[in-house]
Amino acid sequence: MKIIVLLKRVPDTEAKILINQEGTGIREDGVKFVINPHDEYGIEEGLKLREKLADGSKVTVVCAGPEEATEAIRTALAMGADDAVHVCDPKLADPNPFTVSEVLAKAIQAEGFDVIFCGKQAIDDDLAQVQSILAEKLDIPQVNNATAFEMAADCRSAKLSRRIEGGDEKIETSMPAIISCDKGLNEPRYASLPGIMKAKKKEIRKKSLADLGIAEVPGTGRSRVLKWLPLPKGGECRIVAAEETVDAVRELARLLREEAKVI
Amino acid sequence: MLFQFSEEERLIQKTVRDFARRELAAVADISNRDGVFRDDIIKGLSALGLMGITIPEEYGGVNFGTFSLAVALEEISRICPSTAVAVSVHNSLANHIVLKYGSEELKAKYLPRMASGEAIGVYALTEPDAGSDVSAIRMSAVRKGHEYVLNGAKIFISTGDKAGVVIVIARTDPGSRTRGLTAFLVEPGFPGFSVGKVEHKMGLKASTTVELVFEDCRVPSANVLGEEGMGMQIALGSLDGGRIGIASQALGIAQTALDEAVLFGRERTQFGKRLVDFQMTQAKIADMATNVDAARLLVYRAARMRDAGENCSKEASMAKLFASRIANAAVYDSMQIHGGVGYTEEFRIERFFRDARVTEIYEGTSEIQRIVIARKVLEEYEQMYPV
Repeated sequence: MKIIVLLKRVPDTEAKILINQEGTGIREDGVKFVINPHDEYGIEEGLKLREKLADGSKVTVVCAGPEEATEAIRTALAMGADDAVHVCDPKLADPNPFTVSEVLAKAIQAEGFDVIFCGKQAIDDDLAQVQSILAEKLDIPQVNNATAFEMAADCRSAKLSRRIEGGDEKIETSMPAIISCDKGLNEPRYASLPGIMKAKKKEIRKKSLADLGIAEVPGTGRSRVLKWLPLPKGGECRIVAAEETVDAVRELARLLREEAKVI
Repeated sequence: MLFQFSEEERLIQKTVRDFARRELAAVADISNRDGVFRDDIIKGLSALGLMGITIPEEYGGVNFGTFSLAVALEEISRICPSTAVAVSVHNSLANHIVLKYGSEELKAKYLPRMASGEAIGVYALTEPDAGSDVSAIRMSAVRKGHEYVLNGAKIFISTGDKAGVVIVIARTDPGSRTRGLTAFLVEPGFPGFSVGKVEHKMGLKASTTVELVFEDCRVPSANVLGEEGMGMQIALGSLDGGRIGIASQALGIAQTALDEAVLFGRERTQFGKRLVDFQMTQAKIADMATNVDAARLLVYRAARMRDAGENCSKEASMAKLFASRIANAAVYDSMQIHGGVGYTEEFRIERFFRDARVTEIYEGTSEIQRIVIARKVLEEYEQMYPV
């Protein structure tokens, strides 16, 4: 079985995000980048499935991202993935979900696939679009926000759960399918030291858009980010204090009416 | 190259940091309060491959070097310096000695179990009258046929009661102070071996420190490390790695002292200002941060030199001396910034304050480090400017 896991390189969840001066993106200096945490659930699920099948199935990481994404890919290989495809092209500098999906679809088709796992969304832009566009392009079913996954014995279908407001939704889907993974699905393993050692020798196949037979960057003009703006600063906080609470309330009401002019 | 991390080294740091912040942090406060050594934490670290970090692949290790070990020990010590003791002694001393001096049979028999963490390695050198002065070791080892019979006691042995493999330095020749010592690999299951007094220490309470008693303890002669009479050489030859290990531990303690000082000082307000806005607090923070960085560079240099196979005795001693000293200064200043609450068990700095102290004592006291450094420096001047 060919198990594909998708990976995006995102700023560390603990990183302090600052918008760059031009408003075209974030300031990357001093920011640590990691595997998108939701993608880690996807990687773990792929590895678990491979271990359960134990039939020579392979887990292949597919990532579209800058040169620096190599480290995140290497981490996934150290966790246990077998090999990786890294689509890396200067033309992908400012991608939108449609672009990424088109590129990933081509790369995945070239690899062949029986099931695809990915995170439910990337924690940087929170768009959660790629899995759905990808499902459409590959013409396969999608199940999003999975919290349980069980492949059928014949590998032609799978049973899943999704946590929704107030309950669990049980789903059955045919295979191949794309599964986006949510917290609770599993506990991602650490990249062990033997894993890190072995990852050194695993193959990362670098691909350009031309290698995938893509001449024009797809999806440009469909949507683009106009500008990135920092959050507005919180206003000054003033504490109205008085001996008697009733006086403080009276003063607060006066301020709201006369200064803030909101009542 | 000296201070730059390779991709693998960054991944190792991340793995150990993640493990320490999740698994270790969840238990460290309580296990240190109650004085409990957590086997499950060592099991977890073993599963990551950390107990065979410098052992070659053919013996089940991962063949990374002293630098990777130093980085890992710093990350562990930032959360639980007690845990770092077992990991450092196992890797820098026990694994190192078996790998370097063990016969092919001994290596094949013991290293895979040590690399997997199944057998924790400990190092038994200190006696009531011998520590810094290795040549004063008295514990006797007398050859009888294919065995040696060991008699005596070793004290202050870290993790001694959890050992799967004990490296023991004992006296085979009372006639020669320096050539009369021999190193043995002893299994706790050998007849005549027992654990004696358990020490109650000021700090590092989640790490056990015990006496090991040898009463007619019979050790196969095949378990001699190196050759008879090489004990002194083996003991002295293992110092550098051990010192880099403890320097890394001290570095981790210092880093946490700084972290806690800044985090606390940002929250705490006095006279209408945050503590970190007072210049006197800032001076402490500046000193701590500069010292931590300087210590880290010294540790990295010594580790890189050791990995390159260069003589690094002076550099290892400098790293150990400086890191342990600034760790103690840092916990002192950090507690000062914390004020009264820092003196209570509610805040982590109280534990680190106690843990820091021993880094200036064990694995060679600061005084011994200065002797090593001064001797080397004088030698170098002797060569540059002969009298």
